[in-house]
Amino acid sequence: MIRVILPQHLRTLANVDREVQLDVSDPVTQRALLDALEARYPMLVGTVRDRVTKYRRPLVRFFACEEDLSNSAPDDPLPEDVVSGKEPYMIVGAIAGG
Amino acid sequence: MSGVRVLVGTRKGAFILTSDEARKDWKVQGPEFAGWEIWHIKGSPADPNRIYASQNSGWFGQIIQRSDDGGATWNPVGNDFSYGSETGTHLWYDGTPHPWEFARVWHVEPALDDPDTVYAGVEDAAIFRSKDGGGTWQELTSLRTHESSSGWMPGAGGMGVHTIVQDPAVPGRIYVAISAAGVFRSDDEGETWRPMNKGLHSNDLPDPDAEVGHCVHRIAKHPSNPETLFMQKHWDVMRSDDAGESWQEVSGNLPSDFGFPIDVHAHEPETIYVVPILSDSYHYPPDGKLRVYRSKTGGNEWEPLTKGLPQENCYVNILRDAMAVDSLDSCGIYFGTTGGQVYGSADSGDSWAPIVHDLPAVLSVEVQTLA
Repeated sequence: MIRVILPQHLRTLANVDREVQLDVSDPVTQRALLDALEARYPMLVGTVRDRVTKYRRPLVRFFACEEDLSNSAPDDPLPEDVVSGKEPYMIVGAIAGG
Repeated sequence: MSGVRVLVGTRKGAFILTSDEARKDWKVQGPEFAGWEIWHIKGSPADPNRIYASQNSGWFGQIIQRSDDGGATWNPVGNDFSYGSETGTHLWYDGTPHPWEFARVWHVEPALDDPDTVYAGVEDAAIFRSKDGGGTWQELTSLRTHESSSGWMPGAGGMGVHTIVQDPAVPGRIYVAISAAGVFRSDDEGETWRPMNKGLHSNDLPDPDAEVGHCVHRIAKHPSNPETLFMQKHWDVMRSDDAGESWQEVSGNLPSDFGFPIDVHAHEPETIYVVPILSDSYHYPPDGKLRVYRSKTGGNEWEPLTKGLPQENCYVNILRDAMAVDSLDSCGIYFGTTGGQVYGSADSGDSWAPIVHDLPAVLSVEVQTLA
């Protein structure tokens, strides 16, 4: 299972704990992971990615295994430690506002 | 026992203030949706248990929340505000064409007779309608695609549909106001729209009498009088007695005719309220005195209402959607400030008292009169 950590406001919106677990079919990419997240929690559609373009919202970041994956290609494979469930995939609200 | 439920949208959540008919003792519920901007929250006239809220965040975008139990519990509903046809451009601040882009829902307006039908005024300017309780939204495209729209330009806060007024006496008639395009009217439930800005005069436009482009801040009407509308424009308080076909200035003796909200007494169609603000350069009340002005003559002759309001060192603003009236026998008036105060009057504005005074900046105030 893929472990996903959501930011506080999206946990409240989806009525979930800090971490959710998703079953994502191979190949496990950011696009596949986010598709699975939105399918399971439809209230999150549009909050992480633009609902039409599927681009990451400007003030959202994706981190995993101490790497910033925010600007990685959406169809690149995710790190093996994320795929195996050893490390979580983190959706983060960017620090903004001073 | 009858009472009121005041719905407050703020920069950091929603608050629900309830009281009995005396409107002296208040219960404060909230924050709901803590940390999110609540641009507007309004109940259905057809079912007071049905409430809609526009929830927005610069990080996570637009959410619409719905309650079916008077605000006790909430659920997110549809948030797909995709424009319904090809999007063109409007003018940007520098005069260049700018693509139409959805940013947020400024205003939710439940239909008069059906709790499942609700309108949404959005930025960039467009009106949407849901007929399934907010589950899905369809744009009424002919407003955004009006022949004048490529020349619309945002106000300082963006280019949004901020006012939606339904006429209970004329089926299918809806007014909207857009910053900074002006007033438009539809007589066919939003299928077609006509600009309604004749008589508006704005010295900050190249053509002060232009058909569109005026920065209308809010319009209001009394349900018993289908022909009469009142308007707080960027500058000038106006009225129309022909359903928006023409407007006349009624600023009269106001200390400033700049301001944002305007509202009408529940039982006196010619009694109206504004809150003068010094100017668009200052955005606070003249002389540091928070004064609601009331006209019992439909404008021109205004009296300051000060009892219970701070009369020194007050430098808050009152935003366009932050005033509302209840319909109890003794009409109640409510308004919220950017300083986080919500003031209420249970006697038509003669005296005021703070209901709460340390909320986040108030974006909107609506009230439901409960049987």
